Amino acid sequence: MNALLQVFPVALRAMVPITLAAVGEVFGEWAGVVNIGLEGIMTLSAFLAAVVSWATGSPFLGILAGLATGALVGLFHGFISVRLRGNQIISGVGINLLGMGAVGFGTWALWGAKAPMLDRRFWIPEVPGLGVSPFVFLTPALALLTWWLLFRTALGLRVRAVGENPMSADVVGVPVERLRLFAVVYGGALGGLAGAFLSLDWLHTVSATLPAGRGFIALANVVFSKLNPLLALLGGFLFGYFDALGIQLASVAGLSGAVPYQFIRMIPYVATLLVVALAIGRARFPKALGQPYRRE
Amino acid sequence: MRAILESLLALALGVLVGAAVMAAWGRDPWGAYAALFTGALGNVRALASTLSRSLPLVLTGLTFAVGARAGLFNIGAQGQMLLGAVVALSCGLLSLPPGWHLLVALALSALAGALWALPVALLKLTRGVSEVISTIMLNWVAHWLTLYLVVQKLSDRVVGQRTFTVPMGMRFPVLQGELTWSWTVSVGMALFLFWFLWYHRQGYEVRAAGLNPRAARAAGISVSRAMVLALLLGGVSAAWAGAIQVLGRFPYAITSDLANLGNLGFDGIAVALIGRNHPLGILGGAFFFGVLATGAARMGLRGIPLEMIQIVQGVIVVAMAAPEALRLLRRLRARQKEVVPA
Repeated sequence: MNALLQVFPVALRAMVPITLAAVGEVFGEWAGVVNIGLEGIMTLSAFLAAVVSWATGSPFLGILAGLATGALVGLFHGFISVRLRGNQIISGVGINLLGMGAVGFGTWALWGAKAPMLDRRFWIPEVPGLGVSPFVFLTPALALLTWWLLFRTALGLRVRAVGENPMSADVVGVPVERLRLFAVVYGGALGGLAGAFLSLDWLHTVSATLPAGRGFIALANVVFSKLNPLLALLGGFLFGYFDALGIQLASVAGLSGAVPYQFIRMIPYVATLLVVALAIGRARFPKALGQPYRRE
Repeated sequence: MRAILESLLALALGVLVGAAVMAAWGRDPWGAYAALFTGALGNVRALASTLSRSLPLVLTGLTFAVGARAGLFNIGAQGQMLLGAVVALSCGLLSLPPGWHLLVALALSALAGALWALPVALLKLTRGVSEVISTIMLNWVAHWLTLYLVVQKLSDRVVGQRTFTVPMGMRFPVLQGELTWSWTVSVGMALFLFWFLWYHRQGYEVRAAGLNPRAARAAGISVSRAMVLALLLGGVSAAWAGAIQVLGRFPYAITSDLANLGNLGFDGIAVALIGRNHPLGILGGAFFFGVLATGAARMGLRGIPLEMIQIVQGVIVVAMAAPEALRLLRRLRARQKEVVPA
């Protein structure tokens, strides 16, 4: 019982990457672009955030590097899917493979180890007095901001129009390609922030498999949220709780005798499958989701 | 013809980016590639190793391809491959009349692969859960399940770093060097799926469902059944990739970090894309990655890590996502030609 309560502080942390990446992806999907390369974005930006923090001694610059990495990879994905009208799913898989390879190569080249630990100097400091990560506040704020942007501003209306019916949007003079690119870059930037959080704030290491499927759990969260950033925040707590449970229970002495460690580590993935299977009906997605737009 | 050209251009792009990364790291990329190709193709022993490494990639490539033909994005080969490997190995514990072990191992491994694909189909058809999400989650569950079995149940009591080895009677006989008769499984499966997809009614239905589900439905084809079939066949193929890696290749065991199973499942995606989701194209794509994998061992000796190959792979997949990029290049060149004479 006590162990279950002790999960909550960890769950607050675990909520961050799953929410941030999902909220960004929600924004992109409203504009009609799917990016399943979130895992690769998180891997790459976690790595580059750590490198910058390590090289400059400033975790803050590290966060910015993570953000910029995510935005750049988003731009790359946007270029392929919007400008070149490529296959968004294949591009996303390619980004995941590329992230894994580049980070595996990079950690080996820089530190000569598979998963080097980061020194405390390079971590993001906790909020003074509260003992929690600043990301615990930043994440709900960004979810709220994204919700506001999407549903309360003219920009959001245009982004949604471009995802629903790009031809009509084009006819009334909305720049389809530019808005789609912007949405993917926005989504990528939030994914990059999630990555920077993973290495600099939570796990304090980098490796080729650092997100351990969290990029895909974030995609499950997007489906769960029915493309509402505020519901994605709720989903982030839910999926984050199970993620934290897997981590916390694995370290409870005594339990490991009864339940093998490896089974505890399955919890987040099984829980994600169950939540996606049970809790949701079919979400309604924008009509032009995943479709490149070609002017007639 | 254009399809082959696009695949070759994507390969070239991957190799070039790989070279750029190596050069940026202050290594001699062309020396490394030269080592790669002589290491992979230089003599009969090297060639046998290359072929041996391509065999499981054929099978995981087929998993992705048969799914893609049905309009699915099946990236579950990794988990199915792991379970196929561990189930095949476990068959070494059964007491069976001599000569039966290999067949039983392949049969049970296939069953495990199909069983692991079943929830993907059920979730997709009854709950509308995207196979991209369900397969990745199942991959991770399979990863931890395999790790549990390998470390806690099947590990060798003397050599702690791996499981017990496959008993002699359950191994594929050696053909030449590292190459064993496990090639029959890979080539057989590729030929079978080629026949199935193009010369069998149900295979035709799978392709029709993938090309245009609405039209297929209107023609009285059950799209759901086509999807289930594609997922189950893919599961069997991926499981056999794991099985032949254990039963047909040194060290005839699974290492405790699962390293000798590696990323065979994910590698299959690039193989299938290069091979244009065609069983015969996949034989070629798998051979290319077999060259990279064998040669990479040589590059490893020159101080270049194996992850280099993943970078090359990633670039190739991204390039395959945007065939229009290549067409764009051609159009640019055409435009230049127009300008020059004027």
